[in-house]
Amino acid sequence: MKKYPLEFKVNGKKYSVEVKPNVTLLRLLRSLGFTEVKAGCEKGDCGTCAVLLDGEPVNSCLTLALQAQGKEITTVRGLGTMEKLHPIQEAFVKYGAIQCGFCTPGMIISAKALLDKNPNPTREEIREAISGNLCRCTGYQKIVDAIEAAAKMMREAK
Amino acid sequence: MDVIKEFKVIGKRLPSHDAVEKATGQTKYADDFALPGMIYGKILRAKYPHARIKRIDTSKAEKLDGVYCVLTHKDVPNNAIISRFGQTRAVGGFEGVYRVLAEGKVRYYGEPVALVAAETEEIAEKAIDLIEVEYEELEGVFDPREAMDPKAPKIEDGKSNVVARFKIRKGDVAKGFAEADVIVENEYMSQFIDHAYLEPEAGVAWVEDDGSITIRVSTQVIEHYREIAHVLGIPESRVRVITPKIGGGFGGKEDITVEYYLALLAWKTGRPVKIVQTREESLSFRSKRHPYKFKYKTGVKKDGTIVAVEAELISDAGAYMTLSPWVLLYSTVNAIGPYNVPNVKVDSYTVLTNHPPSGAYRTFGAGQACVAYEQQMDEVAKKLGMDPVEFRKKNYLKKGDTMANGWKIPNTVALHETTDLVLKYLGKKPKPSGPKKLVGMGIASGMCSYGRMIFLHDTSRSKVRLELDGSVTIECGVQDVGAGQEASLCQIVSEVLGVPLKKIRIISGDTAATPIAGTTTATRQLYMSGNATYLAAMKVRDNILTKASEIFGVDKSELIIEDEKIKTKDGKSISLRDIAVACAADGVELFCEAQFNAPFGEVPDPETGQGRVFPDFTYGTTGAIVEIDTETGEVEVKKIASAFDVGTAINPMRVEGQIEGGAAMGIGWALTEDVKFEKGIAKAQSFAEYIIATAVDVPEIKSIIVENHDGLGPFGARGVGEVVLAPVPPAVINAVADALGKRIKELPITGERILLALREKS
Ligand code: FES
Ligand code: FES
Repeated sequence: MKKYPLEFKVNGKKYSVEVKPNVTLLRLLRSLGFTEVKAGCEKGDCGTCAVLLDGEPVNSCLTLALQAQGKEITTVRGLGTMEKLHPIQEAFVKYGAIQCGFCTPGMIISAKALLDKNPNPTREEIREAISGNLCRCTGYQKIVDAIEAAAKMMREAK
Repeated sequence: MDVIKEFKVIGKRLPSHDAVEKATGQTKYADDFALPGMIYGKILRAKYPHARIKRIDTSKAEKLDGVYCVLTHKDVPNNAIISRFGQTRAVGGFEGVYRVLAEGKVRYYGEPVALVAAETEEIAEKAIDLIEVEYEELEGVFDPREAMDPKAPKIEDGKSNVVARFKIRKGDVAKGFAEADVIVENEYMSQFIDHAYLEPEAGVAWVEDDGSITIRVSTQVIEHYREIAHVLGIPESRVRVITPKIGGGFGGKEDITVEYYLALLAWKTGRPVKIVQTREESLSFRSKRHPYKFKYKTGVKKDGTIVAVEAELISDAGAYMTLSPWVLLYSTVNAIGPYNVPNVKVDSYTVLTNHPPSGAYRTFGAGQACVAYEQQMDEVAKKLGMDPVEFRKKNYLKKGDTMANGWKIPNTVALHETTDLVLKYLGKKPKPSGPKKLVGMGIASGMCSYGRMIFLHDTSRSKVRLELDGSVTIECGVQDVGAGQEASLCQIVSEVLGVPLKKIRIISGDTAATPIAGTTTATRQLYMSGNATYLAAMKVRDNILTKASEIFGVDKSELIIEDEKIKTKDGKSISLRDIAVACAADGVELFCEAQFNAPFGEVPDPETGQGRVFPDFTYGTTGAIVEIDTETGEVEVKKIASAFDVGTAINPMRVEGQIEGGAAMGIGWALTEDVKFEKGIAKAQSFAEYIIATAVDVPEIKSIIVENHDGLGPFGARGVGEVVLAPVPPAVINAVADALGKRIKELPITGERILLALREKS
């Protein structure tokens, strides 16, 4: 299969690659070392592969790599570092919202997309925003707590 | 040895040491790891649930460019292996033959028949398609009761499909029923459920320079290295299993998943090999929660005293017997639930069918029993015209009572307390929110053991080392499935040695590098490895306190450890760093590898089931309020609360996390989850068809922690990882029955079933 040139940014850094047209963004990102983007189902059903594409949350397993042409991708590693966490990450840590952690990168991306649009969501709105992200460990309780707390932290920091 | 009376770290809501790495996406799970020159493995799976293999032709696949090897059963040194339960002690009996790759016949749809390793996943898939297998289809059997018939098709040629049975005989049930005022008989069932961890089964294997094999795999049991060595026909010392952080287990990564395939392919090709199962493979072909069929007969006095229970339990073991007998034993011992019943008769059977092998799943059979006995408790209460809570309270086990297996309970059973707390939170049953709505409230109590069956003679080891700068390293072979297995050990050491969490590092899950700590199953890690780590840390503590008492010239009992210092009562102190240096200079040991042994026992009497089986239990209660839309059949869980006596909460935040996760999982069990096998073929092959609860399907979950501090774990802790699930499904099921005024006995209680029940009623 023929490969096509693709230029895009991930977490602020530019990448130029050649990809086959059937390669998903998930597979491409993982092959470039962005293993924080998880493959829980590769069918669009679990949200572990969520990334921001020009600020919009997408399931990267349902997005073709070539659709990222000229776009900017943010993964959970682009939000904060171990030394300087993003407030959402900080809240996930503090409120015990992480157990096995496999859903966490996608969950935090969905939370970020929500809070970018709605800095003061209700708990129902938070639940709705993460309803495409499955978590088998936590029962979502502490995840909702964490996102609520992060929203507050972010509002107060403004 | 001194005792720690006041806790500074235990009981605190401290974030787990690995939360930051997980929040920032640093954690390298099984599939996030690669090696240079790595190739990819794929599995060819059976196309029939029961068929003879007439011919396998791999020649076309082998010729494909980029294929490194194609393996069938002939290439496996020891293909037929005895699946033995218990890494600690071979107890004999109940040993099934398990085949790494199908040989002669296939016994379930999706059974592995051949393996391919190739340059890329695409080539491996192509090669799989090129393997020709000629089958002769055989009649299958898919219902365990039918499979018990001597005339039913045999899964293992020439052998009975009933692979294990247990009995409990306590008192005299005939006499009990004769004394009863009311007798209630019912049948219940529980369905096939998938673990649905978000991380599919995955791993990488490679050959070391010395020819030995290393497998880095997502597993709850690194000790499978012994079986892997046996399959390859090499010494156990030449196989190393490492588990990275696991993306959820729930028992589904207790049996071997991809380890044999990885090891074989790496061994044959000399190349690093990766296998990642697809979600479809995981949902359709991997082990499931045993479905059960139950018959219950309960005799009660008018005042609500239970006088006799007779129960029959039949579980579907699937096509190979791996853990089925032991899951069945759990169900058998739990069959009566946390109730004091003088006369008990239980007969249980596990039966082979042409389904994928059933396996371990959170509660290990205790949960299925709870689904049955807690529905039966409600049905009996209804027949008696008694409040179901009062009926339960009348019969709850208490300290000093004897369980059905004859074990006298030595510690607290706080069920009155957990039930009251749950009821208090739920409040009064609310009015329906509209005219076409029905509201129901349900309650269920449950129990589950922690620690493995005592005849397995379980042990765990852990090593604690104080570094010369006062930081600490723990080495312990735990597998961390995400419930805080590692984090709890860190918190224990932090308490004992006065070292902050950020200065403690734990190295875990590696058979070549860490002391063997046993499986992350059976809610045993906090109990077993927690105690081992506590013992090791206490030894180090004793050594440094001894040194400090020499330095200060005071008795050890006069010293306290806190804030990285050893302090005297009159205000003198020495830092851990300085005491470590002083000890090192004098050759005082700054490390200890300790072993903790569970109580040891024997297999209970096969004819009566009498004999202690478990170290101890954890008990608790769940309550739920549901609202049913009579037009759509949809069930909304409006409120849910669970309370458990956890002994001592090492970290309440993590205990709550367990309770909340158990609640969500239990809601799915009751209402939506079903692998739906039809003639052995799973109909739910994706998360679009296998419906687990999302954030909008669960209400705010109230988790209530009760602490009576008399568990067998460190600081009086009891295990919680499994019990938190047990009472949830029956609480929800009982709430639905309360709303409908009618019990639906098929699980899950889907909207369709509710509409049908409503139609039947009117
Ligand atoms: S991996 Fe993309 S939604 Fe599941
Ligand atoms: S923390 Fe395990 S899936 Fe969410």
